[in-house]
Amino acid sequence: MAAPELPVTKAVRALLARDLTLAIRHRGEMANPLIFFVMVATLVPLGVTPEARELARLAPGMIWVMALLSSLLSAETLFLSDHRDGTLEQLVLSPQPLWLLVLAKVLVHWLVTGLPLTLLSPLLGVMLSLPAAGYGPMMASLALGTAALSLIGAIGAALTVAIPRGGLLLSLIVMPLYMPVLIFGASAVQQAVDGMAPSGPLAVLGALLAFSCLMSPFATAGALRVSLHG
Amino acid sequence: MANPRSFEWFHRLGSPQGFYRMTTPWLPWLAAAALGLLAVGTVWGLGFAPQDAKQGNSFRIIYIHVPAAFLALAGYYVMAVAGAVGLVWKMKLSYMVMKAAAPLGAALTLVSLVTGALWGKPTWGTYWVWDARITSMLVLFFLYLGVIALHHAYSNGEAASKAAAVLALVGTANIPIIYKSVDWWYTLHQPATIKLTEAPSMHPDMFQPLVVMIGGFYCLYALVLILATRVEVLHRERRTRWVRDLVMGGAD
Repeated sequence: MAAPELPVTKAVRALLARDLTLAIRHRGEMANPLIFFVMVATLVPLGVTPEARELARLAPGMIWVMALLSSLLSAETLFLSDHRDGTLEQLVLSPQPLWLLVLAKVLVHWLVTGLPLTLLSPLLGVMLSLPAAGYGPMMASLALGTAALSLIGAIGAALTVAIPRGGLLLSLIVMPLYMPVLIFGASAVQQAVDGMAPSGPLAVLGALLAFSCLMSPFATAGALRVSLHG
Repeated sequence: MANPRSFEWFHRLGSPQGFYRMTTPWLPWLAAAALGLLAVGTVWGLGFAPQDAKQGNSFRIIYIHVPAAFLALAGYYVMAVAGAVGLVWKMKLSYMVMKAAAPLGAALTLVSLVTGALWGKPTWGTYWVWDARITSMLVLFFLYLGVIALHHAYSNGEAASKAAAVLALVGTANIPIIYKSVDWWYTLHQPATIKLTEAPSMHPDMFQPLVVMIGGFYCLYALVLILATRVEVLHRERRTRWVRDLVMGGAD
């Protein structure tokens, strides 16, 4: 006799609620990438120059590089604790489609990492004296871009979750895949600062997000199966 | 075509032992072809092709640079296709080909980067510029390194192969995007340095040795890939009787 099956929508909603609750209860973990983001921003004036004009020239690219690094840092946490306590195994074994569950997990991951990063970015803009025209496009590009980064990072996180000390390896395999997002994200801000419309690069970022939304859940689901069951 | 023998070669190819036996007689021919083409191409290209009007003799590094760059990119697809075949048909041999193709492709990418840098110094006065093509090659090198590192990180051979295959496939989907975005990034910044586009048409006297060299590199690539795969076959099948017979008895 088959066990009564949980409807897919209900399962996804339960997973969303669980992951969000867990994230809110571990607020410290959530704050770490953000603190990292702000700290690295402090390094730029110390290491390069405190002069506002020079900083303004570097700001669009630097903010995006730092956002990328901090998103890389948080990608490792996507599956790690679930793998340690066995939840991931249950998710893989569950009758619900794994790619949908993966998508739900990535969505929560973005809500607790990419979205706060986006909301915090104006502070970095001020620290690095980003010209006023850059703020709107910076937030728009970070919102779109960090979502794409979360989706791409999920593939790497799934491939390295079973490897001890896989964090560094994760950066190594994911960073080349991050590069297009960085290029278009930084140039959206740069174009706005230079007085041009940033809509072109923003549209490409949206396309990258749509493409990774299509590809990443399936690749991540496959990678999780490989990681857990060989 | 109900002849069951017509697919026999495919099944033989699918079994590591069959592949090992099948490729043994190929090796001398491939080695001879690679050696011959490379020797002819090198002597022709370095000794007899005319000097370039602007670059003098330094252009001759093209005879190594271009074939290496060709195969570096083609090698990634060889690796990814082998990985995909392994994932879809669960063919062990193709995982072995994938594993053999990864360091080979990385080495060729490195060769093309280094020869490009050496070429750049006398021609443009600098070893490194952030040109679109150079940057794409560097990213390709990183992609290779990622696949190799992931393969090494797994202790279980089967899982290592599958994980590396997934990563290689993800990389394949991304290569066109990376190339296009780097291209776009380059046109946006357009640094003041000299553009690195090659002359649109080469003189036939320069071009013909290049074709010979490319042919030689392809033969060499095939030879090294088969040799590395054979080593991998022996390593993974080291506990089977046929490998033991081969090593102990010396008979094929």
